[in-house]
Amino acid sequence: MDIDHIAKLARIGLKEEELKKLEGELSAILDFIEKLKEVDIENVKPMTGGTDLANIMREDEVIPRDDKQRQRILANAPKRKDDYIEVKAVFE
Amino acid sequence: MNLNELTIKQASEGLRKKEFSSVELTEAVLNVIKDKDKDINAFLSVTEDLAMKQAREADKLIADGEEGNLLAGIPVAIKDCIMVEGEKCTAGSKILENYVAPYDATVIKKLKKAGAVIMGKTNLDEFAMGASTENSAYGPTKNPYDLERVPGGTSGGSAAAVAANEAIYALGSDTGGSIRQPAGFCGVVGLKPTYGRVSRYGLIAMTSSLDQIGPLTKTVEDAEFALEAISGIDGFDSTSVSKDRKPDYSKRFESVFLEKAIKEADGGNSFSSPLKGLKIGVPDEYFAEGIEKKVEELVRAAILKLEEMGAEIISVNLPHSKYALPCYYIIVPSEISSNMARYDGIKYGVSAEADNLLDIYLKTRGGYLGKEVRRRAMLGTYALSAGYYDAYYLRAQKVRALVKRDFERAFEQVDVLVAPTSPTTAFKLGERMEDPLKMYLADIYTCPINLAALPSLSMPCGFADGLPVGLQIIGRHWDEATILGVGKIYEKYSN
Repeated sequence: MDIDHIAKLARIGLKEEELKKLEGELSAILDFIEKLKEVDIENVKPMTGGTDLANIMREDEVIPRDDKQRQRILANAPKRKDDYIEVKAVFE
Repeated sequence: MNLNELTIKQASEGLRKKEFSSVELTEAVLNVIKDKDKDINAFLSVTEDLAMKQAREADKLIADGEEGNLLAGIPVAIKDCIMVEGEKCTAGSKILENYVAPYDATVIKKLKKAGAVIMGKTNLDEFAMGASTENSAYGPTKNPYDLERVPGGTSGGSAAAVAANEAIYALGSDTGGSIRQPAGFCGVVGLKPTYGRVSRYGLIAMTSSLDQIGPLTKTVEDAEFALEAISGIDGFDSTSVSKDRKPDYSKRFESVFLEKAIKEADGGNSFSSPLKGLKIGVPDEYFAEGIEKKVEELVRAAILKLEEMGAEIISVNLPHSKYALPCYYIIVPSEISSNMARYDGIKYGVSAEADNLLDIYLKTRGGYLGKEVRRRAMLGTYALSAGYYDAYYLRAQKVRALVKRDFERAFEQVDVLVAPTSPTTAFKLGERMEDPLKMYLADIYTCPINLAALPSLSMPCGFADGLPVGLQIIGRHWDEATILGVGKIYEKYSN
């Protein structure tokens, strides 16, 4: 396992010592999970969720909301400018 | 009896008979919280203003003679991963320290409509990951039976609040045992509904294919009242189903008999064999190594009592039981890695200072997500990364199907399964923090039920060295009626 690569993919910045410790812990957990290789899964359909429901839809309609809720959402933003959430440039 | 020690049923009767008001009941609960919670730490925030406002409204409702809901005017505590509009919702994490919920979860909308009085938000393991509430970024909750021990997790705050009478009942969430295990450790009743019974809209997502909201209460009957209030299909949760969804296939045991037995018991008649006709399965694999001797003794004694009540006890096998925990620990981290991606310092939550976008992500998540969250997000990222999906997640989904099939096969022979909730009683604070795997083992008897999407109840069945022991009653899909019925009868006749 390339721990640096995984950390980058997961967008989690950690110090060298923390990454090392994590690598050990994850190794131990993965060893525990190896057990699953014993199971005969031939012709078994994967269980993809908790119910037998599929393709549940609803109308794509705009529900009018009061401004209070909108203000609450904007108030939670780390950097706000008027009614926008300010972010760093995505492209350089 | 002090007002805060009442059950939902007793409080509701008292309110209707005008023996006390909701304001008095709410103040009694608030006073206990102010008195005890500095030692127990069940609450992350106490919503005093909201509670008093709701109590006054409930009193008006009751005074107007409105045939209100059973829950009207009754104080409830809410696990802090369920959104209550206008109140902080931290998920037990530093990353959401000052996050204010912009909307009510569907279960909260339902409780508010029923006139409930919301006392506050309870402590949990960060983002509902853990088994002891020690992973909370705000300090652990203590077990009211022994303040040096854990209350269990992840709904430890909710369980402790109910056990310490700091609320009449509470809501928690259960992904691998997070309602049942703390209920067992704290000597209260905890119910995990069938997956889909209760809407997850407004529940901070952890493992979307397993999470369910459920009640923690003082009696089994109270759990039924609470479940009734929060269940139902929701247009905002595509995995939810209608309230009247019943077991699909014909069952040998009609819960109609249970209703009759319960009615007779309530009427003061002692029914000699209230569980006659019921077939109870006891899975051999749940009594294998690792279970504490005294826990096993108490659970087996409870099974004997059920037999004395007329039930037929049948030994069953769930052959894939030993694969359930490893299966769970692939599925959970994988879905977590996806659900945690939203905590990026952009839309809400803490945002670390940095020069560029990537560093904002790295510093925010690395700095403000706790150890267990990072562990699982990394494990999940790895399991789902290129080249590993088939070996891990896909394989785990197939093992999951086999775990579910084991239960379905058992339910061809029996009507309910009975087992211990957890292999041990509440362990000491700090005891399992060094070894993640040791902590994961606390959920060994509860997580298979989540994988199979079944309903399950944990209820007290005695004490081992002064610590509560939980009995788990597992039912068929959509058969909450039978497990609640059996629970109510056990509760009534075992005293």
